Amino acid sequence: MPLDNIQNIVLVLSGKGGVGKSSITTQLALAFSLQGHSVGVLDIDLTGPSIPRFFGIEDSKVRQAPGGWLPVPVHDARTLPSPKNTNGTTSHTKNGKIGALSCMSLGFILPNRGDAVIWRGPKKTAMVRQFLTDVLWPPLDYLLIDTPPGTSDEHISLLENLLKQTNFSISPPNQLAGAVVVTTPQAISISDVKKELNFCKKTGIRVLGVVENMAGFVCPNCSECTNVFSKGGGEIMARDFDVPFLGSVPIDPAFVQLIEEGTRPVYPKGTVIEGKDISSEKNDINSAGNELLVDKYRDCSLCPLFDGIVSKLVADIRSRNQ
Amino acid sequence: MAPSLEEPTQVDFDAPIKAAPKLVAPEPEHCPGPESLQAGNADSCAGCPNQKICASAPKGPDPDLDVIKSRLTTVKHKLLVLSGKGGVGKSTFSTMLAHAFASNPDRTIGLMDTDICGPSIPKMMGVEEESIHETAGGLEPVWVNENLAVMSIQFMLPNRDDAVIWRGPKKNGMIKRFLMGVTWGELDFLIVDTPPGTSDEHLSVNSFLKASGIDGAVLVSTPQEVSLLDVRKEIDFCRKAKIPIIGIVENMSGFVCPGCKHESQIFRPSTGGARRLAEDEKIPFLGAVPLDPRIGMACDYGESFLDAYPDSPACRAIIGVVQRVAEEMGLKGQEVLLDTEQI
Repeated sequence: MPLDNIQNIVLVLSGKGGVGKSSITTQLALAFSLQGHSVGVLDIDLTGPSIPRFFGIEDSKVRQAPGGWLPVPVHDARTLPSPKNTNGTTSHTKNGKIGALSCMSLGFILPNRGDAVIWRGPKKTAMVRQFLTDVLWPPLDYLLIDTPPGTSDEHISLLENLLKQTNFSISPPNQLAGAVVVTTPQAISISDVKKELNFCKKTGIRVLGVVENMAGFVCPNCSECTNVFSKGGGEIMARDFDVPFLGSVPIDPAFVQLIEEGTRPVYPKGTVIEGKDISSEKNDINSAGNELLVDKYRDCSLCPLFDGIVSKLVADIRSRNQ
Repeated sequence: MAPSLEEPTQVDFDAPIKAAPKLVAPEPEHCPGPESLQAGNADSCAGCPNQKICASAPKGPDPDLDVIKSRLTTVKHKLLVLSGKGGVGKSTFSTMLAHAFASNPDRTIGLMDTDICGPSIPKMMGVEEESIHETAGGLEPVWVNENLAVMSIQFMLPNRDDAVIWRGPKKNGMIKRFLMGVTWGELDFLIVDTPPGTSDEHLSVNSFLKASGIDGAVLVSTPQEVSLLDVRKEIDFCRKAKIPIIGIVENMSGFVCPGCKHESQIFRPSTGGARRLAEDEKIPFLGAVPLDPRIGMACDYGESFLDAYPDSPACRAIIGVVQRVAEEMGLKGQEVLLDTEQI
């Protein structure tokens, strides 16, 4: 069975587009890896795949092997050099051992990055099924599945196939762990995401928790926090639907810059987040280049936040598996 | 069996579509589409349980296309709002465009929400609680004010938060109903808001409206490359479907801190933003709208941002974009916006 190597499958869902599903998926994957787990990321957004861009591997192509596709490796399991500044480290990440990370996306198959994939439902359904049956994943602790917005063809086929494939007696227990639902704080986004929560309810997928993304923006000039897309909506929604709230993630331009330009995040002097001074000197900015994304991500202010979210998820999933 | 790595086959845009027959099983992987002319006779149809149904269904163009065409003869201009990416402000921009056009009392505007799984227009227009009335002539759209009508699937849901878990063909059926069964009446503009992507909804809107003519598409993007990447795909879609592109709008471009007035690029235009994309693709650049938290708030409360904050820089930017849209369509800006000073 193709998914036998995988211990836990976590879906990342949202009814609304552009709330940061791919960004959250990327950061969850990096945080899982930093805690030493081996992770795979499957991108089933067929008409707008973003995962290749987020991991900076847009030029990579999928390789074919007897029996299926080989996912694109991002980094292998190794020990990272100890970080220059110790703001992002916690007890989980201190030894610097990271787990392997690999990705699969339709973006790796398209000949040109600007090409549109103009497919109707049945074709998308078939592609999603292929992604679930024909990808030769290495042994994984966690497989994160990034989805397109909505509750349509991709989602229906994803769940149909997953429920079928994770129900064998030889499958790891509780293999389909559940879904992380992403929202932004505005009412417009919340009302679409409520539909997604009802979708989970209807299909019997456990909601592992809600993440509120783009909650506040800290002005790099005056350190004043503005709630660009208002605030607190995600937490209220989680309470209304009686699902765990995993945390609020602010907008961090340094993270955007890390993804878009690959520069190691630096923060001006005096930037303090949750009682820790995370400012750093701008001296080693030119040393970048061949450093791993995951290494640079350790300097990002969002890293400790996602470390916490992942610790919560791991504890939750482990308690269910026993 | 190793999966194939063949180049994805593309949809034939020029093929006339016919009414889809009722199927007994899900379509197979390489299904030519039950509404296509090869239905039932293509190579991939061999062994499909639907083959007989598809092969014996009446050929020839979908008779409903003529109904749509005659229904829309009273609509002067049809505009699509597209973006490959979600959450860039398609619906926000659609509502602004509708409000701005409707500021001229002599114009009548229709706004159709084709996002079936995540409709946002009713909330942004402040008519979320409304439901649909059916009259002898068809479905009556919801009127926001005297000259602005809205149609969305949200009006048909028994509960506000119900998920619409539908596959493609069912969504296409609903869009057809919006065009064929709604008493739009005499409209100067029909603005069609779309979901993200390049799939069923987009193909359907295109094929249903083709006969009566689409004036063009306005593309919306945010400045960062992750978003532009998907918008490039949408441009490719428009070119393949021969939908004229009116231009591209850059939304969420720069954020001015209300505390210190320092402008930050939250979504960094590391590859030159939409302006550069427009130059590269040789399409008009319609303008950049800054990120203003009040736009989001106005949408949450269902108010018109243009009416609420007429003096804000974001409002002026939006009016500028609307005028450019009108100009690109060959209309005079003043003709569309009655008095730009007052809105």
